[in-house]
Amino acid sequence: MLAALLANGPNSWVWWAWIPDHQHEIYAYLREHIALTAMAVVFGIIIALPLAILAARRRAIAAVVIPVVNAIYTIPSVALLALLLPTTGTGRVPAVIALTMYNLAILVRNTLEGLRGVPVDVLDAADGMGYTPRRRLVRVELPLALPAIVAGIRLATVSTIGLVTITFIVDQGGLGRFIQDGYQRDFHTPLVVGIVLSVALATFADLLLVRVERLVTPWRSRSDR
Amino acid sequence: MHFWSFLVSVYHWLTAGDQWHGGDGVPHLLANHVRISISSLLVSAAIAIPIGAWLGHRGVGGTLAINIANVGRAIPIYALLVLAVQIFGITSPRGFGWTGSFVAFVPLVLLGIPPMLTNSYIGVREVGGELVDAARGMGLSEGEILRRVEIPVAMPLIMAGIRTAMVGIVATATLASFTGVDTLATPIYIGLNTNDNVAVFGGAVLVAVLAVVADLALAVVQRAVVSPGLRERRTRRQRVMVTVPPAA
Repeated sequence: MLAALLANGPNSWVWWAWIPDHQHEIYAYLREHIALTAMAVVFGIIIALPLAILAARRRAIAAVVIPVVNAIYTIPSVALLALLLPTTGTGRVPAVIALTMYNLAILVRNTLEGLRGVPVDVLDAADGMGYTPRRRLVRVELPLALPAIVAGIRLATVSTIGLVTITFIVDQGGLGRFIQDGYQRDFHTPLVVGIVLSVALATFADLLLVRVERLVTPWRSRSDR
Repeated sequence: MHFWSFLVSVYHWLTAGDQWHGGDGVPHLLANHVRISISSLLVSAAIAIPIGAWLGHRGVGGTLAINIANVGRAIPIYALLVLAVQIFGITSPRGFGWTGSFVAFVPLVLLGIPPMLTNSYIGVREVGGELVDAARGMGLSEGEILRRVEIPVAMPLIMAGIRTAMVGIVATATLASFTGVDTLATPIYIGLNTNDNVAVFGGAVLVAVLAVVADLALAVVQRAVVSPGLRERRTRRQRVMVTVPPAA
């Protein structure tokens, strides 16, 4: 068993010689993976933040937005990509649209939770100090909701990195291209490379975002986390 | 092709007679999809919930329970399916027992574990304190405390974990059609390979409907098994996203 795992040849789990030979592909697919993830997370934030702010203001909006984003999240990614395909064709557009749609559920729910978690006394104090609603939102509510928002961004980023691999269906895929290649040729090495790099990327992104969280919430002590 | 006439062709595809019977028909594919999903969910729950609940009761292994969920999220699920194919081989891609294809069954069971393990751990863990002391004072044994107090009170969160797992499993069973397993997404797979957008879209509609129906069905189960006294708390809790399904 161990011998089979450690063997080094075209039929072993990792054929080391394959890796330097495919450096360019590794870089290109990694870049594509990061680009798709970054676009989906950024677009997700741009759409989800206003939605969550509106939903926190009015229950009627929350009653519509939450079920809708949850329903989207329920739809399997293969189906969502397939539903987009006839309109958008293959390529980056359907991939980013689908990935962004999945992020909405995570980001809206977490942001809303963060905004609703702001203590009423704090809001009263801000009102008493003469803050306008907009100023209160920007200076008080959003900063206090920031930890929950960043937690949402972390979840969204890590799950997007996993999901990108499936966009091979629309001729994208990032590292998923290696996984699909490994499947089609019944060849272990690209599959293993795809998995390892994808998990490593997710871990790295998560650690990076923890760092960002500390930078943007300097008022929180270590014990609050 | 104009989008409306495209939708009309999809409608004709969905309602065509030969779509609804035979080995490639919707009922057969749907039955396989449902069978694979339910059998993996049951096995997955039978592994994850007792372990999570017991760890929560003892108050140990918290880091493990949380980290399993995080690692589970980072692993690309399609890779797990391909890995299963390369390890077990496709022995009978079109053959099905109760568990459906073994090749799909193993990854599906694995991916169902994290959300249910984490949620039952956190759910039982959070009961704690006075409630458990009261139960102990009444002379309940540790097993009884777990079964009759902690698990019922943790039920909202446990059910949320089951629903999360179910969403992930149904979605991944969809993806399994790309590794040669017959599921409701098989028309999507065939359509992509034959440039038949009508079949791709029609298959996607079927899969989306199945996923939403499966989630609604579990919502009904959730209402039935959660004590009415806990309802208000449930809606509060559910807003917190403890786990998200492994992406699929």
